[in-house]
Amino acid sequence: MAVLTHPIIRFIARRLLYSLVVLLGVLIVVFALVHLVPGDPVRIALGTRYTPEAYNALRSASGLDRPIVEQFFGYIGSALTGDLGVSFRNGDPVTVTLLQRLPATVSLGVAGILIALVIALPAGIWSALREGRVSDAIVRITSQFGVSIPDFWLGILLIALFATTLGWLPTSGYRPLFGDPAGWLRHIVLPSLTVGLVAAAIMTRYVRSAVLEVASMGYVRTARSKGLPPRVVTFRHTVRNALIPVLTITGIQLATILGGVIVVEVVFAWPGLGRLVYNAVAARDYPVIQGAVLLIATLFLIINLVVDVLYAVVDPRIRLA
Amino acid sequence: MTTFTGESTRVASWRLLLRNPVTVVSAVLLGVVVFVAVAANWIAPFGVNDVDVPNALQPPSGQHWFGTDELGRDVLSRVLVAIQASIWVAVVSVAFAVVVGVTVGIVAGYRGGWVDTVFMRVVDVMFAFPVLLLALAIVAVLGPGTTTTILAIGTVYTPIFARVARASTLSVRVEPYVQMSRAMGTGDLYILGRHIVPNIAGPLIVQTSLSLAFAILSEAALSFLGLGIQPPQPSLGRMIFDSQGFVTMAWWMAVFPGAAIFVIVLAFNLVGDGLRDVLDPKQRTMIEARGKR
Repeated sequence: MAVLTHPIIRFIARRLLYSLVVLLGVLIVVFALVHLVPGDPVRIALGTRYTPEAYNALRSASGLDRPIVEQFFGYIGSALTGDLGVSFRNGDPVTVTLLQRLPATVSLGVAGILIALVIALPAGIWSALREGRVSDAIVRITSQFGVSIPDFWLGILLIALFATTLGWLPTSGYRPLFGDPAGWLRHIVLPSLTVGLVAAAIMTRYVRSAVLEVASMGYVRTARSKGLPPRVVTFRHTVRNALIPVLTITGIQLATILGGVIVVEVVFAWPGLGRLVYNAVAARDYPVIQGAVLLIATLFLIINLVVDVLYAVVDPRIRLA
Repeated sequence: MTTFTGESTRVASWRLLLRNPVTVVSAVLLGVVVFVAVAANWIAPFGVNDVDVPNALQPPSGQHWFGTDELGRDVLSRVLVAIQASIWVAVVSVAFAVVVGVTVGIVAGYRGGWVDTVFMRVVDVMFAFPVLLLALAIVAVLGPGTTTTILAIGTVYTPIFARVARASTLSVRVEPYVQMSRAMGTGDLYILGRHIVPNIAGPLIVQTSLSLAFAILSEAALSFLGLGIQPPQPSLGRMIFDSQGFVTMAWWMAVFPGAAIFVIVLAFNLVGDGLRDVLDPKQRTMIEARGKR
């Protein structure tokens, strides 16, 4: 029983409960989506394919002919067991479609965040350690530029330079990692660079301010005043502690990328969740929109939960607060 | 002993703001952008939909400073009018987010208890959706168009204002002057208007500037996807989308609309940063953590 009263376990339990409450709210919003459509969603989705038979069949298959309370509990129950209904467009199970698209988006997100970390960590630390100097100003201005650039525009410029003009890389498309690793790598470079450069700009600012904040702490001053070599003070006392908040922003950025790569996936014809949502919105395929929104929001919640828990594990002050 | 009146603090803030050359340059740039937005229809040298096929895909020249597109339309005129549309959508949607978000945040922070719990759980749920995804979902429900874009962007930026307003209200409501005012029997509405709102304005002004930057980006993204401002009205995002097939033979079609978005967003961001240094040095940009896309 002592385990259950451990602060870490209590913190995780509290955080988990909170995430479940938010997930319930997310489910309600996602369920409401299709019911907020002005007019009849099935009729709108069928468009020119409308026939009374097709209409009745689709309405019945999607459960929209049942009373709303029954629909709501039916949707929650099905969603919790992994059944997200069938596509209005082709009748395919939404869950299967989402799972087919997920690896492409996850691989793009992970590659993007790795590129962002490789750039942001050294740039942010360097900038903070040289605060007020020219190199600091250059990093700050560059990161401000990166925050302000539209990602789809950056993607198009990268395609124009590296694919169309120089011919080094393909303009768009996707190869599965396990079927054709070399092809996958060639195809993922430009989209992940697009996602990674923008994320790097945001993260550089965070790394810089985290290092500066830690550098002003009493224990860093003490370490310096007791004569420790600058390298030890910088890396053992300052950077190591500054990496804790960086962990949070990395998690948040990964979640943001997973939910925000829609436009980049469209630019690069990347067959991930984002492009699926885009096509579903264009076709008014509401079950697919609902399923994708639910999946991405759930991933968002899970990543935030994991980050919070990791944060509490590495920094005891958080769970005691 | 020095006493700081409200006016002297304001003067000091302005002085601090004007001492930062980057902020001053960005503010001037923003002034130019606002002028362009207001006067676009008068200063545009050509009509935005004046088709001139024989002169299609002309590079920048004395007659067409930003070149022409695949239908021979003047890119400069289209960029100017698109800036107007972009600024309009951003301003109205952020105004919506400020009004709704700040009201929710202040009421939650001031009343506390179950009102706070309910309001903030709703805000938490909204935060669980990535910005662009939620905007897309709203567009999917209501159909594309300028009004829907405003509503979608306004809705996705409402929670950040609710959180900032609530956090600031929580710290102001325990200040002695508010407690004193309450003890004297002053009404809640008077306290909110006289004491709370003026004292939480700093962080909100900063957030407004940063949100305007991200609203411009969100509008451009939605228009790029064909779900924002609809033709024949030009939009910067759609102009970039249309340029994709011509990037190598007509770089100006992609470069100028993109550069316009970049400069406007940069100016709002830099002004926001400058304002934060003066008005709210402690606050970190929560909206950045949430991500802009």
